[in-house]
Amino acid sequence: MKHTSKLADIALLIGFAIVVALGPIIFTPIGAGYPDLLQKFAIYGIFAIGFNILFGLTGYLSFGHAAFLGVGSYAAVWSFKLLSMDLLPAVAMSVVLAGVLALAIGFVSLRRSGIYFSILTLAFAQMCYNMAYSVLTPITNGETGLRVLRQDPRYLDAAIGYVSPTPSLFGMQITGWTGFYICGAVLVAAFGLSIAIFRSPFGMTLRAIKSNQNRMGYTGYSTRPYLLSAFVISGMFAGLAGALLAATDPLAGAERMQWTASGEVVLMTILGGAGTLLGPVLGTGIIKYFENIFSAYNEAQLKAMFTFVPDGLREPVVKTLSLFVGEGWQLTLGLLFMAVVIFLPGGVMEGINRLIGLKHTPKVRSLGDSPQRDGLGEMVIEEMPTHDRTAEIEKNAAEQQARATAP
Amino acid sequence: MKVNSDIVLHIDHVHKTFAGLHALADVHLDIREGETHAIIGPNGAGKSTLLNVCVGVLPPTQGKVMFHGTELTGLKPYEINQLGVARVFQTPEIFGDLTVLENVMMAMLSHQDGAFRLKLVSRFDEQGEIGQRAVQALRERGLGEHLYHLAGALSRGDKRRLELVMGLVQKPKLLLLDEPTAGMARADTNATIDILRQIKQSGMTIVIIEHDMHVVFSLADRITVLAGGRVIAQGVPDEIKGNPKVIEAYLGEEQV
Repeated sequence: MKHTSKLADIALLIGFAIVVALGPIIFTPIGAGYPDLLQKFAIYGIFAIGFNILFGLTGYLSFGHAAFLGVGSYAAVWSFKLLSMDLLPAVAMSVVLAGVLALAIGFVSLRRSGIYFSILTLAFAQMCYNMAYSVLTPITNGETGLRVLRQDPRYLDAAIGYVSPTPSLFGMQITGWTGFYICGAVLVAAFGLSIAIFRSPFGMTLRAIKSNQNRMGYTGYSTRPYLLSAFVISGMFAGLAGALLAATDPLAGAERMQWTASGEVVLMTILGGAGTLLGPVLGTGIIKYFENIFSAYNEAQLKAMFTFVPDGLREPVVKTLSLFVGEGWQLTLGLLFMAVVIFLPGGVMEGINRLIGLKHTPKVRSLGDSPQRDGLGEMVIEEMPTHDRTAEIEKNAAEQQARATAP
Repeated sequence: MKVNSDIVLHIDHVHKTFAGLHALADVHLDIREGETHAIIGPNGAGKSTLLNVCVGVLPPTQGKVMFHGTELTGLKPYEINQLGVARVFQTPEIFGDLTVLENVMMAMLSHQDGAFRLKLVSRFDEQGEIGQRAVQALRERGLGEHLYHLAGALSRGDKRRLELVMGLVQKPKLLLLDEPTAGMARADTNATIDILRQIKQSGMTIVIIEHDMHVVFSLADRITVLAGGRVIAQGVPDEIKGNPKVIEAYLGEEQV
């Protein structure tokens, strides 16, 4: 009877955890099986999952989410400098600070919706970015970036006599494959949290706001606190990602807060499928793959790949293709993004769902657009006029006749 | 003024002007407990404006609206709904991307949990008996086969019925209906009248804005006639039928 069951969600989470655990094996054949890149997949996956809670569920498009990522990074590095090299205090500080910043920015920005909301968030994020370079230099160390130094006090570590050269978790260094598995475990936890939020009454309220915010008022809901909660939660996810980013690479720079970083998470979410559970993670994987692997191809590699093409043809083929790889990777990504938005407005997830025929209910409000919906709409409309009454009358008449003829 | 305990809604000399245009001029009106009160009038008479003033969308320029002794002026739509005023729109306002069942459950949850409650750990589809009560309410109104369809895919008539169910499950103290039969075929209009009659018999206080005189005279206990933003007549249906002012207002409209 139910659309989603608890069991299906648990299966999804377990499946997700298995894929993350097997990450090194799965990504090696496509050339992405090295720890630094997989760490990035996991960290930006968390960022996108959090962003999706706001954008996917409420439809409010924040263009300033990188600010929370950046603040998370700075907070983590300060924790590494002042408190401890352990990840836990760093994560706690990052999440709390990002949450507080989100509360402040959200409180102001959520007074508006649509494009005005997007512009407000963008403005706040750019303010944070510029402040990190200027007035906040004592905290952010400006252009040089904030780094962890050997002579930093680290009061907590000093108190218990713990020494670690790099950020760690319970003594495990957050580098290489250990680093990936720590980030991966956090990613799985974040994914589980996002499933819980999607299925909770809170998640349904956010969906209802996206569907018809006006109606929410007449249904007795005060929408602002719900939106603000979603904004803060998604900011906290970004802070968490920022902390991990700082842990794997303990140098926090302001460029993490720039608007391009905010735009990237929007692309990731839309490419994968906004409002779906897996979409943001898939989108992150695709974009980070292009950014790191596609951009590394050069002409020599292409020539080696196309040795089977006859000599006279090889040169033009390689010349054409080299436009799309190496420095031209963004061109390929742009084309891919356009293709997805035009043909699969629901992102890669819509394509997957269509392929396996899971869902036949695309998210459109009107009766137009989709053939499936048209079918359903017409069916319902045709039923309407003759409703119940004629059937009832006929039934009554038949009964009366039966009674009359019976004795 | 004496406060009468059986008065649900007290519209106290309300004026509303839009840039110099008098949409409502000195509208004074009491809705009594348990009655079905129709507000009628030609196009542009101010019926919808009056309704919008009642639910908090438009603040009155002058005067006030009292609901069971609480002043509604200045309250937000969600606060007014939480007090027990449910509104059904002329063009169905529903959550199109949610299923029919989810629509009704949302309406029930806001009155169980209040205007804001952060429920992150439980599942929406495991909200105790709310789901069952929603299913039952939908079946009673003939929407049982559409439980898991997206509400946006319903026909216009079904959307209206859904919206009515969403209002009813909140067990409102006052139900405001904005032209519930506008654009309906005669057969559907009659079906709607039957449903509204049942609701009326349950003792609910209803305010209905309607164009169709057939609907008004089959349901209303009392009628208020608006024209040009003013109350031109008020009384039981028989008084209204024979009132020369009302006939003039309607004939005047037809001559245009």
